[in-house]
Amino acid sequence: MAFTNEQLERYSRHIILKEIGVKGQKKLTASKVLIIGAGGLGAPAALYLAAAGVGTIGIVDADVVDLSNLQRQVIHTTEDIGKKKVDSAAETMRQINPDVTVNTYHQFVTGDNILDLIEGYDFILDGTDNFPAKFLINDACVMAGKPFSHAGIIRFKGQLTTVIPGESPCYRCIFKDPPPNDAVPTCRQAGVIGAMGGVIGSLQAMEAIKYITGAGELLAGYLLTFDALSMQFRKIKLPPRGSGCAVCSDHPTITKLIDYEQAACELKK
Amino acid sequence: MKIIVSGEKKEVADNLTVAALIEQEKVETPQYVTVSVNEEFIESGSFADRFLHEGDEVEFLYFMGGGK
Ligand SMILES: [Zn+2]
Repeated sequence: MAFTNEQLERYSRHIILKEIGVKGQKKLTASKVLIIGAGGLGAPAALYLAAAGVGTIGIVDADVVDLSNLQRQVIHTTEDIGKKKVDSAAETMRQINPDVTVNTYHQFVTGDNILDLIEGYDFILDGTDNFPAKFLINDACVMAGKPFSHAGIIRFKGQLTTVIPGESPCYRCIFKDPPPNDAVPTCRQAGVIGAMGGVIGSLQAMEAIKYITGAGELLAGYLLTFDALSMQFRKIKLPPRGSGCAVCSDHPTITKLIDYEQAACELKK
Repeated sequence: MKIIVSGEKKEVADNLTVAALIEQEKVETPQYVTVSVNEEFIESGSFADRFLHEGDEVEFLYFMGGGK
């Protein structure tokens, strides 16, 4: 399908890039990205992916917008307090770019629903705030062969990696199991600088766009860490996809999805 | 001997183990840190027996659970 004049103008700054061009923009238009979590990471990622003209964006979140979210979850506004986050996010994305089809899923990801959720999408973005969800997303994406961006943020720090199942190391190659509840602080307990979601969530959107258009090199096989206090980015080379990984090795010991228990403090609003 | 810890050159004692380095570097939540030496993951059960050598490159990888 040819772009309209309006679309050519809307995407002109992409189209002029030799790594993207009309061809890359068409790939974006035809692509489907699923964002799990419409929060600190998911909000900026959703804004940039919608603006970039990703054809279909799915967004999964079971929460409603809370006043304490607005310090960082820039897709929601003060007026949205009390609304479902997925509805508030969808509304903003459609306002930014009416070309985008937004699918909303007002639910938590679980072992029962995640494979169905990710099935129709080309790239998945993990914007969740807890280890059970991060391990679940990793395992499901590895099992389904879906490329995804993993990220985490806390205080003044953030990190991300891109996983291409069967090629690059997965989250479980780095961390075998989730830490026990409360062993590692969460944002709610430890705080997080709002702009960190902007930095890391935008980098996740960048990886999705690069994956779709084929531009440059993905952050597969590397963990990119960012410390805002010292203003240091580090791109740490990861060991290759291990023979020892319980989920992504050629002989996995985890073949069914696991719903790890969520820390009690995380369940409370 | 000289080793590289998180990208920075460090002078450390000879015969330092990974466990001793974790303590010396005051690693946060040391029970849950993932360690790689020369781009190879070290089993957490063998931190105490894994000796470091001149020029080794050590990385600490931390859990980061936040996102929303
Ligand atoms: Zn793995």
